[in-house]
Parts: sequence; structure tokens; C-alpha cells
Amino acid sequence: MGNANNNEATKKFKSKRKAEMAGKVGLYLILLLITACMIVPFLWMLSASIKSNREVFLMDPFVWIPENPKWDNYINIWTKIPMLKFVENTVILTIVVTFLQLLTSSFAAYSFAKLEFKHKNALFLAYIATIAMPWQVYMVPQFIMMRSMGLNDKLLAMICLQAFSAFGVFMMKQFYEGIPNDLCEAARIDGMSEYRIYAKIMLPLSKPALSTLTIFTFVNTWNDYLGPLIYLRTETKKTIQLGLKMFIGQYSAEYGLIMAGSVVSLIPVLVVFLCLQKYFVEGVASTGLKG
Amino acid sequence: MDEKKAAQVKTLEAESAELMRQIRAESNIEKKKKLIAKRDGIQRKATAIRNNRKISRETKRDIVAYSFIAPNFIGFAVFTLIPIVFAFLLAFMDWDGSNAVTFVGLENFKKLPTDTFFVAALKNTIIYVVGTVPLTMIASLALAIVLNQKIKARGFFRTVAFFPYVASLVAITAVWSMIFHPSKGPINYLLLTVFKVPQNELPKWFSGSLVLFTLILFSVWKYMGYYMVIYLAGLQGISAELYEAGSLDGATTWQKFCYITWPQLRSTTFFVVVMLTINCFKVYDIAVMLAGGGDGKLSTSATVLVYYIYQNAFNYWDLGYSSAIAMVLFLMVLVVTLIQFRYEKKLGE
Repeated sequence: MGNANNNEATKKFKSKRKAEMAGKVGLYLILLLITACMIVPFLWMLSASIKSNREVFLMDPFVWIPENPKWDNYINIWTKIPMLKFVENTVILTIVVTFLQLLTSSFAAYSFAKLEFKHKNALFLAYIATIAMPWQVYMVPQFIMMRSMGLNDKLLAMICLQAFSAFGVFMMKQFYEGIPNDLCEAARIDGMSEYRIYAKIMLPLSKPALSTLTIFTFVNTWNDYLGPLIYLRTETKKTIQLGLKMFIGQYSAEYGLIMAGSVVSLIPVLVVFLCLQKYFVEGVASTGLKG
Repeated sequence: MDEKKAAQVKTLEAESAELMRQIRAESNIEKKKKLIAKRDGIQRKATAIRNNRKISRETKRDIVAYSFIAPNFIGFAVFTLIPIVFAFLLAFMDWDGSNAVTFVGLENFKKLPTDTFFVAALKNTIIYVVGTVPLTMIASLALAIVLNQKIKARGFFRTVAFFPYVASLVAITAVWSMIFHPSKGPINYLLLTVFKVPQNELPKWFSGSLVLFTLILFSVWKYMGYYMVIYLAGLQGISAELYEAGSLDGATTWQKFCYITWPQLRSTTFFVVVMLTINCFKVYDIAVMLAGGGDGKLSTSATVLVYYIYQNAFNYWDLGYSSAIAMVLFLMVLVVTLIQFRYEKKLGE
């Protein structure tokens, strides 16, 4: 009797294990499918970037790596259009914007999170109110204003535009509020000035938030299209997105070259993302971005 | 000098005493708080005079705090706040950007309903939002739940899922236009050879009625990784004990999702939906790059609000009309966001 019961229990246990195994296998299958959807366009891009125009759409037979890879595409892309200039402009723009954004946002956020002062709520409300306001709503007046300041067709306009976002201040403030006040109080009692507390205590603690903000700012600035489209008219001032789009417009049938240019434009973002991604989920979690 | 000070302190103290009486008598808590704050300020002033300090500790504290905020706030005020005010005013004006401005009242708004291109843009934008928001939300939540399990190479899968979000739009739309190319692309090639769809019935992904569908599909693909990360952060905030308790009660996976995960993620979902809605309403570059062809012009079947704002401003130089369309965009975002806030509040009660 006892034996039978025991047997049944093992059977049940075994079938449960089996169901679990099946679940695991199903899970991996779904994951592989999603991953394929995500990654195949990028593999296609890489593959097309070393093909000739005829080979790009050759389906029968389809090969990922052509017999004679056209590495020339990666050389020609720099000579057909002023790619180097585009990259240079974008690098300058992105680095300056990211630096300013990190510095000024964390600076302001420290004040909002850890200091008491007059009109604090009103000032913060000004920031919050604009988060739900799409930039596209005021991009035209902003352009008119910049033009009257003589900033039209200058990289400086793009910097002014992107360096002071409400989003950065909001995000950093959320993060700082998670750091115990006692830490600052103790430092104040030791006679540390607020500036030193910010530099010596808060900044070193905010690596996850700073990394997250870096990824967001870098990605947004590097990939921005509409902003540069409005402001940057001269070819030598264009960013890589504008340049690439212009190239696609001019040489719409040069598929291999277009893909080579696309690969080049992806590399810097990929590098930044991979370097900082270990902080990323933690950063999003601790900055209250989850709501 | 000292006498003058003593007199000053005296008047301040008298003021403070008077306020104290008012505070005692006041029953409204909000008003009471305000009075208390006022009295604190006066007392601080008195202390400052007594201690012979030129500026009070509070003023000093304010100056330090403002010095932290100033670098960001000045830039923010000049380049964001002022243009926003300007945008509101411009919607009631007629201006070509160089000649004199004239006030036209509601004229710009009256033109809107009869402008077929505007109506098409509005309709397309709404369809796009209604299609993209729920699909992206569901996809990102599902992905986050899968990637929150203990599985091998989790970091790799997360990175891959996030990659479309960081990849530049120009580059990936170029790839998409090739993969979905109506006559040469691999997708239609598969439909033709594997699924035996006749040549003349192959879908034209970037034109006609199908273009909005392609835009939605693309957006879900591109943005789900981003919202997945937000959901992952939300999932990690749910205590494991809840799931253990659920397991002890014999809850199935689906039940655990319905009674633990979903309710616990309510604020995350709220945030995701609000952000998604705002971001979807401002769709522009995706449409121009996927459906715009070489010159980046959009036809009525693919046009969106931001495109028309841009056209009116920078091609026709009708800044007032462009701002009126921008106001429509803003109002829609505002109304949808407010409804969501209301709903969230109601659920929270």
C-alpha cells in the first residue's frame, strides 16, 4: 500500500519534472525566436555591407558572407561623402551635450533632493510640467528664437537645445532621494561645504544613475534627426544621421555602401552601451524611472 | 545704530506675536501652515539682526541651493520655457517669420477641420498611437517576464533585446526598407516562394493602407527593449515572498501573474503607458524614413502631425498655422495623460 503511494508520488514528481523541462524548452524556443527577430536585421546589415549591389538582394542562393567580400564599401564610404566630417561633428556634439547634461543635471538634482530653499516646489514643477510637453510642440518658436540669436546653422544651437533637459534633472533627483539624508547630515556636521558633499559623496555614489543618463543622452544626441534637420543646413556642419540620410537620398541604389555607412554609424553607440550596460537595469530601477 | 536695531527687533517680535495669535485662531490647516511659515521667516530675520549678521543663514542657504540649480535652470528657461510660452502665443498669430506679426484670434484653429491633409495627419497619428501603445506594452512586459527568469545567457538576451532601441534610426530604417522591399526584399521573397503568395498580391509594405501597419510593427520592434528594461526594474521590486506564498497555496503560473505580478506592476505599467503615449504622439522620423522615399515627402496615407507642423513652418513659413497644429498635438497628449493620471488615482484608492 505504502509502496504504491510512494510510486504514485514519484510518478507525479517525474511528470512535474517533465512539465518543467518542457516549459524550459518552450521558454528557450520563444527566446531564440525573439532574439532572431531582434538580431537578424543587424546581421543582414553586416552581411549586405560587404556585398555588391547585385548580391544584396540575391536570394537564390542566399549567402551571409559573399565569396568575394567587398571590403571596398568601407573605404568608399569615406570618400563618396564627407563621412569623416559628419562623424567629427557628431562626436563633438554628443560628447559636449552628454558632459553638460550630466554635470548640470546632477548639480541641480542635488539641490532639489538634498537642500531646502525658497520656491523649491515651484521651480521643480516648472521642470515636471515640461516632461509631458513634446519638444515638437515648441520646436518652431525655439528655432525662430535661436535664429534671432544668430545660432542658426551652428553646432552650438544643437548643444543649447539638448544639454538642459528636464528629464535629466528629474531622473537624477529620483536617484539622490534614495541616498540616505544622514550621509549628508554627517558630512555637514563635519564642516563640509555643500559643493564638497556633492563632489565627494554624492557623485561617487551615483554611478548607476550617471551611466543610465549617459546612455540615454548619448543615444538620443547621436541618433537625433529632426533637430539637426532643422538647424544644420551647411553640408560640412551636418551630423552623421543627416549625412547618412542625404547619402541614401543621393545614392539610393548603392545598397552595399548604404549598409556600410549604417554599420559605421552604429559602432560608437554600441561601444558606449556595452561599456555602461552593467549599470543599466540597476540604474533604471534606482532612478524611479519605473514610476 | 544699536537703538535702531533694537527697534527693528521689537517691531518684528510684535509682528511675530500677532501672527502667533492668528495661527492659534486659524482652523484651516493649509492656512495655518502658511502662517507658521511666515512667522518662522520673521523670527529668522529677527535672529539675524540680533546676531549681527548681514545675511541670514537662510539667505545663504538659498544662495547655495540656487547656485546648484542655476547652470541647468538658466539653459532650461531660455531654451525650453520661453519657446513654450512663445508657441502658445504664436498659435493665435499670423506670421511668416520675417514680416510683422498680426493677431488673428482663432482663425488658425478654424482652418483646421477643413484642411484634408491635417485631418489625415490627425487620423493617422491616432491610429498609430492606438496600435503601438498596447502592442509595445504587452510585448515588453512579456519579454521582461521571460528575461527575469533564471536562464542561461540572460545578459546576452537582454542586450540583444535592447539593441534596436540604441541603434540609429537612419541605419535601421535603411535595413528595414531593404528587408521589406516590395519587389526585391527577402520577406516578400519568402511569401512568394514558401507561402505561395501570387506575385501581384505581394504586400507593398510602405505605401497605401499597409504603411501604418508597417510603422506600428517597426515601432514595437524598436522600442520594446527600452520598455522591457523599465519592466525589469519593476519586476525586481516585487518581493519573492509573494511568489513563495502563492506557490504554497498552489497557484498556477497564470494565477501568479494575475494576482501578484500584474497588480504589483501597476505603477510601472502606468509609467510605461504614459511615456509610450507621449512618445508615440510625436512620431515623425520613423514615418519620413520608412514611407518618405528619397525626398522625404509623406503622402496623405502616411502623414503624421509632426510632419505637418514641420511642413507648415519650414516649407510654407506659416508659423501661426504650424503652431495651431502643435497645440492640437499638445492638447491630445495632455488629455490622454490626464485621463491616465485619473485612472491611476482611482485604482490606487
